[in-house]
Amino acid sequence: MSDTTLAAPARPGLGELFFQFLIIGAISFGGGIVAYERSLLVDQKKWVDADSFMAALALSQTLPGLNSVNLAAIVGQRLAGLSGAIASVVGLILPGAILVLILGILYENSHNNPLANLALAAVAAAATGLIANTVRELGRKRFRDPLSLALIAVTFTLMSILKLSLPLVLAIVFPIALWFNRPGARS
Amino acid sequence: MTNTASLLGLASSFALFSILAVGGGVAVLPEMQALMAQRYGISGESFVHIYGIGQLAPGPNMLMVLALGYRIAGFAGALTVLVAFFTPALLLSLIGGRIWDKVGETPWRRAVQNALEPVSLGLMISGLYAIAREALNGPVSFGLCALTFALLVATRINPVLIMLGASATGVVLMKISGLP
Repeated sequence: MSDTTLAAPARPGLGELFFQFLIIGAISFGGGIVAYERSLLVDQKKWVDADSFMAALALSQTLPGLNSVNLAAIVGQRLAGLSGAIASVVGLILPGAILVLILGILYENSHNNPLANLALAAVAAAATGLIANTVRELGRKRFRDPLSLALIAVTFTLMSILKLSLPLVLAIVFPIALWFNRPGARS
Repeated sequence: MTNTASLLGLASSFALFSILAVGGGVAVLPEMQALMAQRYGISGESFVHIYGIGQLAPGPNMLMVLALGYRIAGFAGALTVLVAFFTPALLLSLIGGRIWDKVGETPWRRAVQNALEPVSLGLMISGLYAIAREALNGPVSFGLCALTFALLVATRINPVLIMLGASATGVVLMKISGLP
């Protein structure tokens, strides 16, 4: 990529950024937020070109935290500085945060409501199928690569079988994974 | 323990989850579930119910942390957890974004991403395992999970509709059969 700045035909204001991310935050049921962000930023508003979007997405996947939120922060910052990042992130999480809080309050006040518990148990069971499918989609390439498969198996074993703490698991596995993936190690 | 001290403890836990969420929120679910059980006495069943709440809302599913915070310390807990869970990763993104703007693409960023991919997949499978162990506790829940998975793999139906349809079917079946 020759130009790392985002090609922005018209730079959005803070209110515009907040409002557009607020819409995504309000309609993105069932995950897949990155796809909504791409549609907004690249296709509809053309605030970001496709290459820059992919680069920002890769960066957001490299950093810890939720990819969709990291992406909103990175793109928001480039379009309108620190306040742009904050406007984008707050917009993205505000609708869901309000709804989760309302549902959380209802749940705490109806603890022994059998129907509510059944509904949440059913949603959680269906969500397990959804996560399984996400793992399948994200892992499609990696599951066929013996080294990746070994790293996946070791990570799972340390975390779920040996029940080590997550910081410890990362401290053990990440350096090994980085060594095998260091620049020039694999073509 | 004073109230402020307990909120600080809550904040530090969720700030750490924010930084440890490699490749997304599912990676921290086992750690989060263990801590919620040990320190705050939240049962596996309640944790899974609250996870379900996160699935019902739009936006990131990990907004479920707000319901955990509310459960632990009311509105102050929810606000504490919200700020603690989103701020560290936000700051890292801002710093990362600036560095990346200056330095541009380097082979090492790619190397880090490539290294993180299998690690985060392993952690996602751990997260899946942690949720599945609690959520799949009977024939109906197993069937729902399998049905959802099969429909997502084999059809192009909107995942939201699949989730809603499966959940509604599940409630009816659980109610009729009396089985989880």
